[in-house]
Amino acid sequence: MGHVDGNAIAGSLAEIFPFDVTAAVGRCAHCGSTGMIGDAMVYFAATGTIVRCANCDEVLAVLVETPSRIWLSLSGVRGLTLPT
Amino acid sequence: MSDPPPAAARTAWRVGTVIEARPETSSARRIVLDIPDWPGNDAGQHLDVRLTAPDGYQAQRSYSIASAGLGSRVELAVDELPEGEVSPFLVEDLQLGDRLEVHGPLGGYFIWMPQSVTHDARPVQLIAGGSGIVPFLAMVRAHAAIADPTPFRLLYAVREQSDVFYLQELLQLALSGLKLDFVYSGTAPRDWPVPAGRITKEALAGLAIPASEKPRVFICGSTGFVELVAGWLIELGHAAADIRTERFGGT
Repeated sequence: MGHVDGNAIAGSLAEIFPFDVTAAVGRCAHCGSTGMIGDAMVYFAATGTIVRCANCDEVLAVLVETPSRIWLSLSGVRGLTLPT
Repeated sequence: MSDPPPAAARTAWRVGTVIEARPETSSARRIVLDIPDWPGNDAGQHLDVRLTAPDGYQAQRSYSIASAGLGSRVELAVDELPEGEVSPFLVEDLQLGDRLEVHGPLGGYFIWMPQSVTHDARPVQLIAGGSGIVPFLAMVRAHAAIADPTPFRLLYAVREQSDVFYLQELLQLALSGLKLDFVYSGTAPRDWPVPAGRITKEALAGLAIPASEKPRVFICGSTGFVELVAGWLIELGHAAADIRTERFGGT
């Protein structure tokens, strides 16, 4: 299945963060490139949502939502810069 | 536009009531919601719609908003995906007066802000594939409503004229400054100067603002369309940082 843009998880992330993460700039922990989260590649799977770096394709984040909780890993993001 | 509160503070689950619904094309429907506590939205933002079945099963999908600005009136244009979980209900079953759970406004990435806010005078190129036109409707409407001086050009790739969303309104906007181009992949209108066919790199080069003018580019459509067009734009000399994309998945 193809991917969509980071923009597509704005709703899920808005359940967690009090700011719009898709407009934030993140640094990839794998390749060191920076980009807006909206530029990242998002893959929806039955088990969860995987966010990959648009530059190196490595995993930036994994999001799993169930009726009772949300689990988020940001293991591939080294720092986020937010517009204030 | 006055300073709106920060986007995040404005995002919430809300309930909207359907106040208008009419066919947009043979497979799409224009739906207007009245959402009393809607804080307004930027041009290009989207919202999530959540449907809950009597047994508690929930399905949620994102839809671009065709309207922008303040007010409780929020307009969507939804294309029915035959295999979809949410769009068939919205296009075929949703009735006037029905209430809908929506989460929004969402997304600060794929938005257009007026030059008075960004102080960015570079031209803007919008490229839509099929129902990817919806966020651009919000942008061209907002642009026209405040008479923003930014040059706008819209390239709309579509199968045939009967599939065009908002045709009359787009033609009207084209009379007042919007540069509007169509590429027909299936059947071109009678007397159309070029034969119908899928968009090519050469057609794109001829119909988009050239890289030398350093336009900000927004592309919205299916994943395949967006990949193709964004790749060609890079080859034509556009900077990746000037290109923002919104791909939609298939369900």
